[in-house]
Amino acid sequence: MIAPSFQHRHLLGIEELSREDIFTILNLADNFYEISERSIKRVPTLRGKTVINFFMEPSTRTRTSFEIAGKRLSADVINISESGSSAKKGESLLDTARNLNAMRPDVIVLRHFVAGATHFIAQHVTAAVVNGGDGMHEHPTQALLDCATIRKHKDHFEGLTVAIIGDVAHSRVARSNIHALTKLGAHVRVAAPMTLLPLGIESMGVEVFHRIEPALKDADVVMVLRLQKERQEAGLIPNTREYSRYFGINPQRLDLAKPDAIVMHPGPINRGVEIEPEVADGSRSTILEQVTYGVAVRMAVLYLLARPSSE
Amino acid sequence: MKTSKGVDLLITTRREKTKHLTQDRQLLDEGEINSSLQRITQEILERCTDPKKLLLVGIRTGGVFLTERLRQMLVSRVGHDIKIGAMDITLYRDDVLVDMPRPEVGPTELPCMLEGHTVILVDDVLFTGRTVRAALVELMDFGRPAGVQLAVLIDRGHRELPIQADYVGFQIQTTREESVLVFFHELGQNDRVVLFRRKG
Repeated sequence: MIAPSFQHRHLLGIEELSREDIFTILNLADNFYEISERSIKRVPTLRGKTVINFFMEPSTRTRTSFEIAGKRLSADVINISESGSSAKKGESLLDTARNLNAMRPDVIVLRHFVAGATHFIAQHVTAAVVNGGDGMHEHPTQALLDCATIRKHKDHFEGLTVAIIGDVAHSRVARSNIHALTKLGAHVRVAAPMTLLPLGIESMGVEVFHRIEPALKDADVVMVLRLQKERQEAGLIPNTREYSRYFGINPQRLDLAKPDAIVMHPGPINRGVEIEPEVADGSRSTILEQVTYGVAVRMAVLYLLARPSSE
Repeated sequence: MKTSKGVDLLITTRREKTKHLTQDRQLLDEGEINSSLQRITQEILERCTDPKKLLLVGIRTGGVFLTERLRQMLVSRVGHDIKIGAMDITLYRDDVLVDMPRPEVGPTELPCMLEGHTVILVDDVLFTGRTVRAALVELMDFGRPAGVQLAVLIDRGHRELPIQADYVGFQIQTTREESVLVFFHELGQNDRVVLFRRKG
């Protein structure tokens, strides 16, 4: 096996990655995971490199995860959040990015509420760009950490049945995971009320269900998505109680899946809405492990992409 | 200390190294490698007051199999187990970000706290000394060993840093452009040390 070579300048989405690219990141992540278990959780690899986390949408966990990842690589990490940014003063995204780039960062991690914002920025800066979530389009590092977690428990992807339950229509996490899992040979099912499933989702290569029980049957992995309050306000569901009754993951429904199935959630969880506390805190839940893998995966991504911005 | 991940990495880095090289001549055969390791074992025991406090750490990728062989030789001499580990120094290299694609990173596995132990770093070839520098820095990030020594199968000169080995199998004169590679029976190759030149 010749070492696969990761030739991308940016990480904008899973769609652009090959199978080999994904495995390169997962293999690296396994080794970076070990660094988080040391008493000195730091390697000098990105010493002197600058990483700017530019988050135009609120986020604590993803931004913190990127910050810790950068710091564990000895990089200098700067966080810019939506409330503190000059966008409030009416500066366009492009101008903001160009100004940031003029400070010569090595990596810009961008989260933005407009899909495609990261692709746009990548064309106008010299730094490497990492998509921290663009609208409802993609959230590649989340999918990668989800795959890393799955691999830790299941060892392989070919032939695995993964059931993604919840608001797929509005979920960049779901989209990135669907790209990743189908590329890796898993069989993906999605289940949600029809109002929360995008039209034509079958074209992504997934099996569509409008009831949760058949989707969960003999699944190896149950991936639960967050139900946002806004969906009720937009009239897409009657109320969260009804959603929970028909689509909530409780122990009885979980029994439909394989006995060794794992339960995943990108967080933050709404206890009692999309997932019952016994399941979220239960032995089959990998929710906290996903967070730990998140730092390792983001370290792997920063390691692969950081380069002097003058190149 | 072998994991299958470590072996895969060893095979791929070997292939990468020999891509632009052509074999010139064999420097050491199996018997010579074996007797060097026996001699190093003897020297380690002469210097060491308490073998129970030794920790042999192989530097990936070349030091890993040598570490296991030294362990077996030491164990047969002292009659108890000797601790070993393996360290990947890629993230500590002073040139790690220079190349694209980035070099692969392998696992680092140390079996115990370093405090109270004498660590013997083991590598196959000592050249510029930069690998050993990286290994020392990484080791210190794990703790504070009582002491660190260095055992190498081949010292080929051309140091760029003030680094020296405590135990040397063979000292060999080489030019900078040449490469010295060690082949291991653990990888299905014949044990030998070979000198390579650049192709063309």
